[in-house]
Amino acid sequence: MKNNMPIHPKHFEGGIHPADHKELSAAGLIRNIPLLDKYTLVIQQNIGAPPKLNVQKGDTVLKGQKIADAGGFVSVPLHAPTSGTIGEILEIPGANGAPVQAVEIISDGKDEWCEPMTPYPNWRDQNRELLLERVREAGIVGMGGAAFPTHAKLSPPPEKIIDTLVINGAECEPYLTADDRLMREYPEQVLTGAEICAKILRISHIVIGIEENKPDAINILRRKAKRNRNIQIIPLHVRYPQGGEKQLIYALTGRKVVAGGLPMDVGCVVQNVGTLKAIADAVTEGRPLIERIVTVTGTPVKDTGNFHLRLGTPVEKALEAAGGLQSPVGKLILGGPMMGFAQSSLKVSVSKNTSGILFLANDEVRQFEAGPCLSCGRCVDACPMRLLVSTLSKVCENERYDLAEENYVLSCLECGICTYVCPAGRPNVQHFRRAKAEINEKRRKNK
Amino acid sequence: MDEKNSVPEKEFLQEGSLILSSSPHIRTSMTTSRIMLQVLLCLLPVVAASIWFYGWNALRVILLCMIFCVGMEYLWCKIAKTPHTCKDFSALVTGLILALNLSPLIPWWLCLIGAFIAIIIAKEVFGGLGQNPFTPAAVARVALLIGATKPMTTWAPLPSAFHHFDGVTSATPLSAAAEFSAVTSATPTAAANTQLAIFNSNEFLWNAFLGNIGGCLGETSTLAILIGAAGLVYLGIIRLYIPVAILATITIFIWIVNGISPGTTPGPMFHLLTGGVMIGAFFMATDYVTSPVTNLGKIVFGAGIGIIVCVIRIWGSYPEGMSFAIVIMNALVPLIDKLCYKRPFGWNPPAGTFQPRRGEIK
Repeated sequence: MKNNMPIHPKHFEGGIHPADHKELSAAGLIRNIPLLDKYTLVIQQNIGAPPKLNVQKGDTVLKGQKIADAGGFVSVPLHAPTSGTIGEILEIPGANGAPVQAVEIISDGKDEWCEPMTPYPNWRDQNRELLLERVREAGIVGMGGAAFPTHAKLSPPPEKIIDTLVINGAECEPYLTADDRLMREYPEQVLTGAEICAKILRISHIVIGIEENKPDAINILRRKAKRNRNIQIIPLHVRYPQGGEKQLIYALTGRKVVAGGLPMDVGCVVQNVGTLKAIADAVTEGRPLIERIVTVTGTPVKDTGNFHLRLGTPVEKALEAAGGLQSPVGKLILGGPMMGFAQSSLKVSVSKNTSGILFLANDEVRQFEAGPCLSCGRCVDACPMRLLVSTLSKVCENERYDLAEENYVLSCLECGICTYVCPAGRPNVQHFRRAKAEINEKRRKNK
Repeated sequence: MDEKNSVPEKEFLQEGSLILSSSPHIRTSMTTSRIMLQVLLCLLPVVAASIWFYGWNALRVILLCMIFCVGMEYLWCKIAKTPHTCKDFSALVTGLILALNLSPLIPWWLCLIGAFIAIIIAKEVFGGLGQNPFTPAAVARVALLIGATKPMTTWAPLPSAFHHFDGVTSATPLSAAAEFSAVTSATPTAAANTQLAIFNSNEFLWNAFLGNIGGCLGETSTLAILIGAAGLVYLGIIRLYIPVAILATITIFIWIVNGISPGTTPGPMFHLLTGGVMIGAFFMATDYVTSPVTNLGKIVFGAGIGIIVCVIRIWGSYPEGMSFAIVIMNALVPLIDKLCYKRPFGWNPPAGTFQPRRGEIK
């Protein structure tokens, strides 16, 4: 069988490299923060069906105890981040602005574990259904940002042939260094998690893509990965959005995911390195997903760095742990600056997909009045999906969503590059988001 | 210091004052007006060369055109009651490029008419910056060339030429070449052959490169244009697709024509170094608004310009065709972009369906 595609193009067409400011937070070790008095846990932390709460106000819970059951196949349970009592069930601002249901857990200070799930240090001898069940029971979702339940990703339909596990260690978002630190400090867990996923998928070939600006992570993983020669660690060009699923698969395998298709159509399953650590912890130690590594960064923050934050930690507490502020803040963002969500309040809490808490100074927040499109073509050059952005943006501005659909607006991955590069300050990606929403709405109605 | 530390953190972050917007939250520092300023900066060598060769007359034309263009834009905004757009500096760029396309002896009222055509007719009536289908400066030059041929083709002597080159200080070599091809096509004479040899001589080409020949303000010195163009490329304002396509097409086209019927026209270097080819290729054809956005489209656009220029120069009744070529190809830009656009990532899957790696399935 001849494969005439390039195996490792290492990059995709288009993309940009904004000033990444990773130096702000990349240096120090990942720190722990003291136990809080109260955690505010958002109930739905996964894409898909919301989990069903199985505790009531006043119940006592132990650390790691399941407080909500999965609400369907595409859903995962939720666990208590510490021991204590259940407080109010209330509405707090969610990451994307809409209010969400959350449950308070008032800590009793003992931080006492519940009876743990059986650890499988010798997981290689267990059968794959058991491992898959463990991934689900531990409440693991894609921790790169999408929060799609991992067990669903690891059980592709039988007619799809999977041959490659693609590991996303690119971390192309500016400012964020959580995955970088994680790969440097927990390489063993990352590799174990990858091997567990490979076993669940019944494949052996694993490729790990890491951007070249993380040489330490590449070296450590290369050293540790010598034990398994099916693991390949491939340095990637430093370019946003290298961590986009389709771009990453293309860069690592030369395969193109067909528009509207999924990675499994080209034989790939993509997992983020953070997810792999969570899988390794769940399987080898029986620990459910109750904390994650979060970058707290930005020039206004005094002591930037990466932190182990329990789920439900309010942003203000995370900020306290990072030493507080030293200059005025213009914007608070959950996630990275290219695809993250701006927040109106410090009350918002850390959830399973929060990779960063970013504070932008007043002068870093640029507000634009959109000018006329110059057709300079910068957006067309940079678009990782090779869309004809300049035309598309004008079409969407005039609300001609039929023409937008003809011009493939649904292929847009909303990485935000087109808005970033536009010298006229046009809100291109914002137009496309609206167009996609309108087109999807129309399709739903027509069904 | 203590006092500063005691400022409560609330001062730094008021919940009500956090800015909310959808991602991306960072933007490039490049803006429209900055691009225009950088273009003006890159045109400085050309301006300096034109002043060097033509003296204060050149400065007069440049200042008049720039002032008239900005004035036209300002007046239009006043009359049409649209927001003021003078601060994006695009009118200044148009004015400067228009001036560089004029003869140093042009009367002031033709500058005014040129500015009116460029700003009002070629740009504002279509909806202003970004909406114009044709390059404003090229349209103005074409209009003036047709409507006022005499003043547009009265060339000044070169008072500051490094050393005088006989015979071509008052008429541009291009018009001489045009007359010459008209003559030779009938009966090739000995005189014509001498002329041809002069045009192809290294001495003449070297003078053309430096700017020791007559012509429009900005057309004289290829050296100055190349310095400015290097600046444009270095600053990332233009990509080389369009200029290289134009220059390569002209070279190949002239080479083929001369190969088929030797002596029709001077060699490729003559055509590249004289007339408006250089400034047109680097500064006018690359106008963002009126050129394709796809890279393949840019090459097609440039090749089209190159061919039209050669056709007009060799067989047309005008000695120079750069601005005609640009305006003609401008009209085709939407079509070129439509035809040259390849579909998005994932819409052209490689031939054959995906095959899993052999021996990896268990």
